[in-house]
Amino acid sequence: MSAPARVPRLVEQFERGLDAPICLTWELTYACNLACLHCLSSSGKRDPRELSTRQCMDIIDELQRMQVFYVNIGGGEPTVRPDFWELVDYATAHQVGVKFSTNGVRITPDVAVRLAASDYVDVQISLDGATAEVNDSLRGAGSFEMAVRALENLRAAGFSDAKISVVVTRHNVAQLDDFAALAERYGATLRITRLRPSGRGADVWDELHPTAEQQRQLYDWLVANGERVLTGDSFFHLSGLGEPGALPGLNMCGAGRVVCLIDPVGDVYACPFAIHDRFLAGNVLSDSVDGAGGFENVWKHSALFTELRNPQSAGACGSCGHYDSCRGGCMAAKFFTGLPLDGPDPECVQGYGAPALAGPREVPRPRADHSRTVLLTLGQPPGKPPSKPCNESPI
Amino acid sequence: MRGLLIDASLSWRLHPQVALRPEPFGALLYHFGTRRLSFLKNRTIVAVVESLADHPDVRSALSASGVDPGDEAPYLHALGVLAESDMLVPV
Repeated sequence: MSAPARVPRLVEQFERGLDAPICLTWELTYACNLACLHCLSSSGKRDPRELSTRQCMDIIDELQRMQVFYVNIGGGEPTVRPDFWELVDYATAHQVGVKFSTNGVRITPDVAVRLAASDYVDVQISLDGATAEVNDSLRGAGSFEMAVRALENLRAAGFSDAKISVVVTRHNVAQLDDFAALAERYGATLRITRLRPSGRGADVWDELHPTAEQQRQLYDWLVANGERVLTGDSFFHLSGLGEPGALPGLNMCGAGRVVCLIDPVGDVYACPFAIHDRFLAGNVLSDSVDGAGGFENVWKHSALFTELRNPQSAGACGSCGHYDSCRGGCMAAKFFTGLPLDGPDPECVQGYGAPALAGPREVPRPRADHSRTVLLTLGQPPGKPPSKPCNESPI
Repeated sequence: MRGLLIDASLSWRLHPQVALRPEPFGALLYHFGTRRLSFLKNRTIVAVVESLADHPDVRSALSASGVDPGDEAPYLHALGVLAESDMLVPV
């Protein structure tokens, strides 16, 4: 809406941080039935320290007090937690709406009917190819069929406006219109986001991130179709390709300012793409004050979030005429490709990323890896059976 | 967004499924039914929106929040935008 009186732009206000996040991602478990090559959280095996049902409910109580209107629940595959539906019901009964991301494994016809009956639950099905061939090469054999079956079940149950969530890669960028058609077929909304070199994504990013030419194609597609497509504001690094404001969305990095992540063990990170000590702000259990929940304390007082809410240095990008549109790009993308945080994004549209990537750099190691040891390889079907029982699929 | 034309002599209030969260810049509004988020960008519009239900019409809510009759236009426009997205409903 337009401002009734002159006040600083909303983006400037947001960069100083809010009293509570607007967009909170909560990963409930590191357990997953799939082993996607680009998994942001290197998920696979459950972490033995994952929060209990009671601890999760305490967090929900705190989110209700802070008026965090909704959470984006993910993982891992969140629906494999035995208490998943109990937690969803608890959240929605406490004025915390839920949008959860799933590969579809538990979206049976019965579950779909249940979901359709709730006003406060939104479902997001992950799909990284508009065809089984493209999707399964990244997400594993059978994952396309599983996702489409979930969408069919939701449609049959009368669930309206599910989301289809796509990570844009070199292999699916040409399928954007096909994804839009797929969404239309299931009465769903398409959501596309940027491939980040986070988690296992670090290992495949070089081969999978869109080429410079594809970035332009993606930008043009977004400008033409952006109003009916969600992006989680994830393509702001492309803003410099056109006029300011041409790309829908706020186009800012919300990390620690309007966005954060709670991981399955209660660690709070600046954003879902930054699971690393460098971006760890605190822990909801160990940072609690006098027995009260620790999330609010971390959000309001952690040293990291305070630092992120202060003006950031443009560094090497300061002299670039496009800095005002892209703001130097994505912090996590820079960090996990070993580039300095005050320099260009690895996918800088002015071309400053490529020489930076070619220069000497050290790629940081992930903080924790919950991968099962048997993983897919690019373009190959899943390998041998697991060598240890704990590598078995959790469901 | 263009917004509806709001008649200042009528009574409106926040949709029962809308929650308001105060923030340093103003407030966030969230509609649990449509899952849409809106921003109120200053404290005056926050005070107006919060007090709509306590007044017989929009004009008296504006006046109670210190908006002079000559300055009503941008506030009526803002309320119209909220009405169009179902954040406000007529009483």
